[in-house]
Amino acid sequence: MPDPMRIRAVMMGDLVDVKILMSHVMETGQRKNADGDLVPAHYITEVSATCKDKTVMSAAWGPSVAKNPYFSFRFKGGAKGDKLSITWKDTAGGTRTDEVTIN
Amino acid sequence: MNSSLRVAALLLCMGPLASALADPAPDLTATLKAAFEDKRQATLDRLDQDETQKLCTQYRDQPPAEVAQEIAKMNLATVKPPADGKYLGDWKAGEVVASTGTGLQWNDDPAKPNGGNCYACHELAPAEMAYGTLGPSLKHYGKLRGQDPAVLAYAWSMIYNSSSYAPCSNMPRFGHRGILTEQQIKDVMAYLFDAASPVNQ
Amino acid sequence: MAAPSLFSTVIAACLAAMTALPAGAEQTSEEAIAEYHAMFGDENPAELWQLRGEELWKTPRGSRQVSLETCDLGKGPGVIAGAYAELPRWFEDTGKVQDLESRLVTCMTTLQGLPESEVLAIKFGDGEQKSDLEAVTAYVVAASRGSRISLPLDHPAEKAAYALGERVFFYRAGPHDFACATCHSESGKRIRLQTLPQLTTPEGAQAAYTRWPAYRVSQGELRTMEWRLQDCFRQQRLPQLKYGSDVAIGLTLYLARNANGGEMVAPSIKR
Repeated sequence: MPDPMRIRAVMMGDLVDVKILMSHVMETGQRKNADGDLVPAHYITEVSATCKDKTVMSAAWGPSVAKNPYFSFRFKGGAKGDKLSITWKDTAGGTRTDEVTIN
Repeated sequence: MNSSLRVAALLLCMGPLASALADPAPDLTATLKAAFEDKRQATLDRLDQDETQKLCTQYRDQPPAEVAQEIAKMNLATVKPPADGKYLGDWKAGEVVASTGTGLQWNDDPAKPNGGNCYACHELAPAEMAYGTLGPSLKHYGKLRGQDPAVLAYAWSMIYNSSSYAPCSNMPRFGHRGILTEQQIKDVMAYLFDAASPVNQ
Repeated sequence: MAAPSLFSTVIAACLAAMTALPAGAEQTSEEAIAEYHAMFGDENPAELWQLRGEELWKTPRGSRQVSLETCDLGKGPGVIAGAYAELPRWFEDTGKVQDLESRLVTCMTTLQGLPESEVLAIKFGDGEQKSDLEAVTAYVVAASRGSRISLPLDHPAEKAAYALGERVFFYRAGPHDFACATCHSESGKRIRLQTLPQLTTPEGAQAAYTRWPAYRVSQGELRTMEWRLQDCFRQQRLPQLKYGSDVAIGLTLYLARNANGGEMVAPSIKR
């Protein structure tokens, strides 16, 4: 089971300010290990955020995103007390979903 | 002020003399060797000090004049001029030596040539912005000095053994300590002196 | 004799050249890094280690099935607030001056009954290989954010550790003749484009020590003081510094004491 995300969702006026810290190796597939062998690619390809059954953000990522990505975005239509759910999927078929309550 | 505070204040005001008051390691080399372990090519014997290292450690790199002279003399005696008498090699190869920072660390491949890492501490070619400031700028080195035999001999000695002219210098003694080969030093000399070298543009 | 006068001419020329060095390149990269840090604010990937560390701190483990919540880091059992800012320090029960990391090893082995070989199996994480010591260190260090470093050196063993650390700091050795002082005893210097903190003065030591441990972006790992010291020695072409050795603790104490009064910011983020 991949490590949990650290999610903060706070009201900023009528926008929800979301900051997410994800734990992921984000291997590009170009890096060589100590023995000189290529480390296989393993990175997040999709990130999506859902609030009240609506997708409020979706992103397509590639190998250029750094290890342990720190990601921030804002959306309209959420309110204090609502649940916000974040999901990521990666090239190895791995996935992680975490939920927070908007503050 | 109680006595332990007074001792602490005294120790801290006296800085370098603190060790004289409460010397926890009369044989610092032995203490160090007990606190380290061999790792591939980086073995415990590297913690043994030669005479120069002992003196420079003792005087915190600021030896009094007579000691400085002794250090310079001792190190100048180790300088071996190039076997064929030619100081200048290939500046292109010298640039590689100047830009390479690896060599002799435990994670380095002992089969690969060591780098000189000149850019870690020195400005060299004006076009290269990623340079350090631990050492003086060597920009336009050859252009400013020409290639008089005395100039070449001095530069050779500085690279081969910096303590020959700058006792207790921060700069590694590349020839004497076996970090760079004679050919590599010639190539670095060419990087410094050759009119075509980027250093002199 | 030709050599000395040539030497002084060269030095004069070098000094003249030095004063003409442009500061442009350095300022730009420093400003850019400061901007990058500001974007993160208090949050940075070190939090991932802090969270894991908190769980490890609170979970009963080992043959004794107890948590680390009674571990004494110098301010009483279980007190972590401000504890890192007072370390390294003397501990009566072990009769030693200890840094945070060696103290955690003490607690994990004696309180929890974890075998020392297991505790020390992974000292420094590497991708999927995670270090429990690093995680707990990050958690404990975060509880000292905002605290002022305070090392009074009341105990004679603490004074002796400072003296040892200082002597090691100036010890020139290895094929390159490097001491810590070679790079860290002058202000305003840099290696390539990386500024080098002056570690022997309060200002310099504070600027550096208050920001370790740190998440190192280039490695994607949280790195501690024990890691930083042994990696410096690798770069000095010296062998492997032993984890929790008197030399590691003495050097850490030397730096922490020099940084006395500085406000802890760690865990921070670095390149």
